[in-house]
Amino acid sequence: MFQPSPWRADFPAIAALQRQHQTYLDSAATTQKPQHLLDALSHYYTQGAANVHRAQHLPGALATQAFEASREKVAAWLNAADAQQIVFTHGATSALNLLAYGLEWRLEAGDEIAVSALEHHANLLPWQQLAQRRGLRLVILPLDANGHIDLEAALQLIGPRTRVLAVSQLSNVLGTWQPLQPLLDHARAQGALSVVDGAQGVVHGRHDVQQLGCDFYVFSSHKLYGPDGLGVLYGRREALGLLRHWQFGGEMVQLAGYQQSSFRAAPLGFEAGTPPIASVIGLGASLDYLASLDATSVVEHEAALHRHLLRGLNDREGVRILGVPQLALASFVVEGVHNADLAHLLTEQGIAVRAGHHCAMPLVNSLGLDGAIRVSLALYNDSHDLERFFSALDQALELLR
Amino acid sequence: MSLPDAAREALDVFEQAAGWEQRARLLMQWGERLPPLDATQQCEANRVHGCESQVWLVAEQTDGRWHFKAASDARLLRGLLALLLVRADGLTGSQLQQLDLPAWFTALGLGRQLSPSRSNGLNAVLRRMAQLTDGA
Repeated sequence: MFQPSPWRADFPAIAALQRQHQTYLDSAATTQKPQHLLDALSHYYTQGAANVHRAQHLPGALATQAFEASREKVAAWLNAADAQQIVFTHGATSALNLLAYGLEWRLEAGDEIAVSALEHHANLLPWQQLAQRRGLRLVILPLDANGHIDLEAALQLIGPRTRVLAVSQLSNVLGTWQPLQPLLDHARAQGALSVVDGAQGVVHGRHDVQQLGCDFYVFSSHKLYGPDGLGVLYGRREALGLLRHWQFGGEMVQLAGYQQSSFRAAPLGFEAGTPPIASVIGLGASLDYLASLDATSVVEHEAALHRHLLRGLNDREGVRILGVPQLALASFVVEGVHNADLAHLLTEQGIAVRAGHHCAMPLVNSLGLDGAIRVSLALYNDSHDLERFFSALDQALELLR
Repeated sequence: MSLPDAAREALDVFEQAAGWEQRARLLMQWGERLPPLDATQQCEANRVHGCESQVWLVAEQTDGRWHFKAASDARLLRGLLALLLVRADGLTGSQLQQLDLPAWFTALGLGRQLSPSRSNGLNAVLRRMAQLTDGA
């Protein structure tokens, strides 16, 4: 039975891609954008761009107003208590690096940082490099067979020496929700700061950072139907106060002298230089659009597509799905078939999926693989997209086997 | 452009290939013609990095002419390697420098395999080949 997406027409690029015979199933990498966002970008650039927080002139005031309104919208989206707890960065990667540098002064040799075995490189490498700089121990929380952090083991490994716990909310390879609540509660009890990489998780459902009780929550705009070049860092007020400044320049400074300077508190103190103004305004528009949708219908639509995806993959002989994906995506390999060959032939047929290690090389290697194909879904996908993928997969496998 | 015989043959069959399926079949057939690489030559020193699949490339010069051997664990890439070698093998250093390999793959209808976003490794192989034969 055909399952249409009621929101497909809101995303003009989907029709454009279809005209180029492309089926887009790589939304976990980046999403297509709603018309609402395109209109907001066009409005900002055609009505008068200006820098924010600097000028007293009217265009500057309007830009600053729109920019700060987006901060409010992001805060509301995450249910942060105060918009001042939202820091705009140049991406999720940048936000995580900010944390690794901003917290460095608190850590000394022998301290521990805990990350999970499934982290994206963006939530692994900043901590790994910090550990190397300061002589810290990087503790890797193991996974169970389904692709969840092994809670029992993790609670043992997170102890009094753990200063930071940094974990993903939803795996970009396995499509599994991680047991955040018990991990975060335990980390807090041990006196560790907690960092949640919400890059994938934020795209599916609404998450309440106050309820989660994490110290920091990070996501990237472009995966949440927003513009690229923009990341968001939420911080608990006390946690933000622990961060040392890390990038220096325009507008983050309070008083600057030739030899000494003093710096602003968050958020502006961590937004050195001209921020991605249009992207911030655009993200606000994307959030307005998303907020206008019936959240339950979106969740049900995505869940139904995901069931369809898993059913179709399981129906095919030799297909091995990585972990037990719960939503949004599935990564798989096919017995006796090199994933590069499969990716090649899917590309030939206009199927846009991701192949390779998905920026989680240690995870993929630990599964005994050097790569996998990932199909990822968004609210604009429909069941025809999946049918086209399955028929391309069958064609490819027929050629390769 | 005077082509080696095997390259001429490749050009003839690929030019006539209708559609992606036939090109894929041909690539796999040509991949099977790739002479095997000794296990000892499939070593780290001969690895081409920057590919999603494992690729090895060996270059040797005898009497001023370059000879190559290559291997990969991915079948379609083996085909691309075979097509590369039939064009480049036996050339002198200066002939190699003048050789327009992207044009060669475009002539075969495989130009898209060289687009910068492709991680199949053909680009990396070409860079590696240039590096190995540079200045010779």
